[in-house]
Amino acid sequence: MRVTVIDYKAGNLTSVVKALRHLGTEVVVTESPEDVAAAERIILPGVGHFAATRFLEEHGLKAAIKNQINVGVPFLGICVGLQWLFAGSTEAPGVPGLAVFPEFCNRFAAGDKVPHVGWNSLSIRPESKLLAGIRNDSFAYFTHSYRAPVTNVTAAVTDYGERFAAALEHDNVMGVQFHPEKSGEAGLRVLRNFLEWDPC
Amino acid sequence: MLTKRIIACLDVRNGRVVKGIQFVDIIDAGDPAELAARHASAGADEIVFLDITATHEGRGTLLDAVRRAAQQLFVPFTVGGGIRTPDEAAAIFDAGADKISINSAALARPELIGDIGSRFGAQAVVVAIDARRIPDRSITEAEVFVSGGRTPTGRRAVEWARETESRGAGEILLTSMDADGTRAGFDCDLTAAVSEAVQIPVIASGGAGNAQHFTQVFLEGKADAALAASIFHFGIHDVRALKEELRRDGIPVRLPC
Repeated sequence: MRVTVIDYKAGNLTSVVKALRHLGTEVVVTESPEDVAAAERIILPGVGHFAATRFLEEHGLKAAIKNQINVGVPFLGICVGLQWLFAGSTEAPGVPGLAVFPEFCNRFAAGDKVPHVGWNSLSIRPESKLLAGIRNDSFAYFTHSYRAPVTNVTAAVTDYGERFAAALEHDNVMGVQFHPEKSGEAGLRVLRNFLEWDPC
Repeated sequence: MLTKRIIACLDVRNGRVVKGIQFVDIIDAGDPAELAARHASAGADEIVFLDITATHEGRGTLLDAVRRAAQQLFVPFTVGGGIRTPDEAAAIFDAGADKISINSAALARPELIGDIGSRFGAQAVVVAIDARRIPDRSITEAEVFVSGGRTPTGRRAVEWARETESRGAGEILLTSMDADGTRAGFDCDLTAAVSEAVQIPVIASGGAGNAQHFTQVFLEGKADAALAASIFHFGIHDVRALKEELRRDGIPVRLPC
C-alpha cells in the first residue's frame, strides 16, 4: 500500500505523514507532477489560507491531480484540501479551485467565534464508506474559518452556528474538513478507510 | 456541538515534567512523552509542552522529547518556551508539534506572530499571556509579565490580547499568575475580560483544583478551553473523570470511547 501526499508548502505535513506511517503505509511526499501522475492514491493535506493552493496550479500539480481523479485514482482532501475541490472560496476570490463540485466555500456567518477551533461532533450519513465504522456523533478536531456547503455529496455534517460539510465523498473523490491526523482513534479510522477503499 | 477542550499541560524542565507552584517551587513528575500519551488516552483534547527553563536560562526547547511524544500522539500538540524566531519554530514543527506557543519573544518583537503565522498558518500560533492583577484596579488593567513571571512589561493583558489577534495569533493561552499553582480556581473575571475582547479562542490557565473550577471558567470565564497540569499528574483526577463530572454539569465535552 502506497499513498502520495502532496507538499504545496501550506502548513505542516509532518502530522499527516506520521499518522499514515503509523497505519503501516508507504508514504511518498512530493511536489512533482510526475510523482502525482504515478500515484495510486493521493492525499492533499492543508491548513491555512486558500490562496496557498495557487502553488498547485503554478507547479503543474493541478492538471496532474485532475487527470488522476478522472481516471479513478482515490483522492482525499483534508481541510483546505477539501475546500479546493469546490469552484473556489471567498477567502481568495481570484484563486479557482479544482471545481469537481460547482459550489463555493464561504466564511462562517458572524455570531460564534471564528475560527472554529476544537472538537465537534459528526452527523454521519450511514452509507458513507469513508466514515464506515465510526459511531455517529463521534468527535473530530477542526480548525478553520471557511466551510463548504452541505450538498448531495456530503458524507457528514457538523453544526457550528450553521450546518456545513465535515466530510464528502463522490465516486473516488473524498474530503474531510476536520483533521483526521489529529482526531484520535476516529481520525485514524478515516485514514485507514481511505487507504483500504477499493474503487473497483 | 463544539465542545470545551481540556488541555493537559506538561511543564518540562531538563527533559522531565515538573510543575511549579506560582512559578517557584519545582516538583519532579515524570517523563514527558509517557505522560503525554497517558493523558491523551484518558481523553485530553490537546497536549501542551512548556519548556519552563527556556527563556531565562537561554535553553532551547527539548526537541528530542517533542519528537518522542509526537510519535504516538494523534491529538493536537503544542510546544512553547524559548521560541524567538520562525526558524526555531520550524524546528519544533519538524519535530512533530502542530502549534507553537510564544510569550516573551512576541512582546519583545510583536512582528514574530505574523512572521510565524505567514509560514505555518495562524492556527499554528498560540500567544501565551501571563497576567497579574493590580490591587484595587480594574480587571482590564491586569498587567502582562514575561520571563516565567519575573519581569513586568507595563502592558495590559486585555489590550495585548487584542493586539496579538490583530497580528494574526490563532489562540491565546492566558495564565493568571495570581491563581497559578493555588488549586483555588481559575481567575474567571480575567479570563472573561480577555475572551470577550477577542474573537479567537482563549485557553484559561492557572488555578485548577477540582472539576467545579473548570465548570466556572467555562460558564463565568467564557473560556473556550482550559488547561491544567499538576491536577492530573498526581492522580487527583484523570481527564476522563473530570469530563464525566463536567458533562453532569451540562458542559459539552468529548468523552473518549
